[in-house]
Order: sequence, then C-alpha cells, then structure tokens
Amino acid sequence: MHENEKVLLDQEAIKRALTRMAHEIVERNQGVRELALVGIHRRGVPLAERLAQMIFDIERVKVPVGRLDVTFYRDDLSRIGFSPVVRRTQIPFSIDGLRIVLVDDVAFTGRTIRAAMDALMDLGRPQQIQLAVLIDRGHRELPIRADFVGKNIPTSRQEDVCVLLEEVDQGSETVLLRSQQTHRME
Amino acid sequence: MSGFHQRHLIGLENLSRKEIETILDTALPMRDILQRDIKKVPSLRGKAITTVFFENSTRTRTSFEVAGKYLGADVVNLNVASSSVQKGETLKDTVKNIEAMGFDILVMRHEMSGAPVFASQCMEKMRLINAGDGAHEHPTQGLLDLLTIREKKGTLDGLKVLIVGDILNSRVARSDIFGLSKFDCEIRVVGPSTLIPAEIEKMGVQVYHDLDEALEGVDVVNMLRMQLERQSGGLVPSLDEYSSLYILTPERLKRAAPDVMVMHPGPINRGIEMASSVADGPYSVITEQVTNGVAVRMAVLYLMLGGMENETLH
Repeated sequence: MHENEKVLLDQEAIKRALTRMAHEIVERNQGVRELALVGIHRRGVPLAERLAQMIFDIERVKVPVGRLDVTFYRDDLSRIGFSPVVRRTQIPFSIDGLRIVLVDDVAFTGRTIRAAMDALMDLGRPQQIQLAVLIDRGHRELPIRADFVGKNIPTSRQEDVCVLLEEVDQGSETVLLRSQQTHRME
Repeated sequence: MSGFHQRHLIGLENLSRKEIETILDTALPMRDILQRDIKKVPSLRGKAITTVFFENSTRTRTSFEVAGKYLGADVVNLNVASSSVQKGETLKDTVKNIEAMGFDILVMRHEMSGAPVFASQCMEKMRLINAGDGAHEHPTQGLLDLLTIREKKGTLDGLKVLIVGDILNSRVARSDIFGLSKFDCEIRVVGPSTLIPAEIEKMGVQVYHDLDEALEGVDVVNMLRMQLERQSGGLVPSLDEYSSLYILTPERLKRAAPDVMVMHPGPINRGIEMASSVADGPYSVITEQVTNGVAVRMAVLYLMLGGMENETLH
C-alpha cells in the first residue's frame, strides 16, 4: 500500500453494497420480469454477474446477463493517441422491450455511459435503460444520473478511484482512492 | 494500450508476432458487427479513406470499402487507372493530390512491387495500407489467412501449412510465409520448379515439387490461384499439364491430416488448381476467409486511425 492510497471499500463493504443494490434493483422493477443486466467491459462485467447471482438468491430467477464493449462509441478515439483494446460484445438475447440495467464500476464524466447507451440502441430497442454503479465519484460532464449506487464518494479531479475485482485483478478485491502521483495507464 | 505501432501497413515482414496477434484479436469484435442487424458503428466517424487500385480487383476493394463503411468512415474509390495515369500523372503527384483532399488513409494496390513504399514516402500525415503490390506482399490477405487458421485450429503454433502453386508470382504466398514464420509453424511450398523462386528456403520454408508428397500430414492447405494473366513467360508447358500435376482432388486430400482445412484466396479457377468437389467440400473454409477479410481490414483501419494524432507512435 502506497502512502498516497486510501481504502474506500474493502471486500466485505463491496459485497454489502452490491447486496443492497441487488435488492433495490428488484424492488424498483417490482420483480425481475423483462429485466436484464448488461455489464460494461471490463469491470462492469463481473459486477453484473455478481448482481445476477444475488438477484437469483433473492428471487430464484436467473436474469439474462450481457457484456457490452463501448470502444466503438467513444468520443475521444482521435484524442487519446492510441487505439484502445476492443473486447467482444456478447449479448446472447434480444434486448427489445427489456428493462436493461447497465452496470459499471465507476460513474465519472458520464461519457462511457453515453457511449454504452448508444451501443445498446444499435442492438435493439429496450423498454428502459437504468444505471447501476459501484462508485459514483461525481464530476459529470453529461446529464446522466445513476439509478443504483454502491457508494457516493466526493473526489477531486486530481484523484483516481481504482476498483479492483478478484475476477480481473489477480484476486485483489478493494476500492482505492489514489492521488495523482501514481499514474495509472488503462 | 494496443500493441500495434506501424505508421503504414506495407507488409507482414516487419510486423512482430505481438502486432499480428493484436490485429487478429481486434478482428473478432469486428466480425461480430457483421452479424448484427445494424452493421455500422460510429468508431471512425469523420475519417476519410480512399481506395486507389492501379490494378483491377473487385473483391479486395469491396472488402476494404465495406470495412471502412461498417466502422462509420467515409470511403471513396478513386478510379485512377482510367484517368490521371492515362494523362501521364506520376505516382508521387497522384499521392500528393489525394492527401491534399484530406484523406486519412490511402488503400493502394499497384502492379509494381515496392510502389506502396515509395508512395508512403510522398505523404506527410496520411497513412497507407498496401492492398497488394506486384509479387511482393498482400498483408491483409496474409492476416485473413492467419485469422482463418487460428479460428479453425485454435492456435497458429505447431501446425504444418502447405502453400500450393505459383509461389513465384504470388504476393499472397509471401505475406502468408512472413506471417506464419512469426509463429511456430512448419511451412511447405509445392509447385513446378519454374514457379518456385530461387533460395526461397531462406524464408524458412521446405520446398516440394510433388503434391502428393507435400500433402502428407498437413493441417492446412492454401491453394494459390493460377494467375492466368501472368503466365505469358512460358513457365508452365500447358495449363492441362500443370493441372494434372497440381490440382487438389478429394483423393489427394486424403494424404493430409484428417481435420485438414483448405483455403484459397479467390477467385478460384475451378478444374485447374482445385476440383469443385474440394472447393465446395467439407474441408473448405473459402467463404469464412471472405468474411474474415472484412474483419481484419476493419481491425487494421481501426488500429491505424485510432492512433492518428500521436506522433510518438511512428
């Protein structure tokens, strides 16, 4: 642990936040009929899978889970100076008429969510799109608001919120707040 | 961060294994787009691509055109062969004029080996993709062959790959060999000695002249097109004789591995290099190759246009 790092959520806190979000999703949608979860690559994908499992534990129904890559819909392709890795979009069900809960790890500027909504619209016509994020750190640049939030964390733009999930981060499971000195390459 | 750092795509000779793998990995999500109802993403919106073919080709040109369009770019096919060249314009002037119109990528085919290298030296910001130059390279064909093999076999390592036919005149063979040699493959070529370039062993391939012998135990057979338009030099006594020795038939194919795959870059001369029963048979992956061709071209366009603004990548 570096001195410019602070633990915001540990493993247990992540689990409790997700459990509450799963209940909220079921409550808001009055059950799981016509409901599907879509995780945004990369860390939204394991979060969506975990939420689906928790919803199954509550309702005994498996909701469909998809994976969405938003790279093609980014608005900064010619600004960032390199071509980001494209992952496969895998949504093995028709999204027409469904209530889709988009799942991501951190809500920040809102640009990823905007890209995700555009990507979803090209795949079909959902009845509704809702948004679930583990961390909302503020600084929105677009009129986008999360429906389900694990934890609101006020940050400065110089800070970095770093979500580590055991499925993709070699077993680490934590949410860290880092100051800018440790530069992170996506 | 992606693993592709070329300013231009001239050939597979200069690409690393990692760069080839990056392109093949990127081609998979691209191929998914072809299966969708809405076959268009806005990734390259506002980018302009032109295809300039100094030599005829319908398939490759169309493949680049739809690849650009599926990614949201504007694609213009310039018909230089029938206009500026006939008026005597030099290649350098043609390239400079195209760049002056604001194109981001020039896709070029030329009958002269090396013409794309020269053309790339005449540009300031534009980027070039070689769509085939003389008997030198055809990198996107090589990439689509690699993708097709990797999809069917699950890997590019540990395979025996045989390339059959006119190796001498074939840029496809050269790009395939350069590409495959980045992996742990046994590469064989077979054809009459007049159609095998001298010292090709130095590219790391084994040379055969007998098709039955060369087919023994191979995992992949790539049948080259007998380029009838290039056979003025009397390198084969007659097409009938060539065909009797080198046509791929179902009987001959039995010598290959049981799960052999048969490729062909097209257009096929049915009955000359390949029997119709093979081209349309269970081992043929020829239509997959065409689909993969669009996907790898989308991947290359995406990887080259994404890094446009960053001069340090050159």
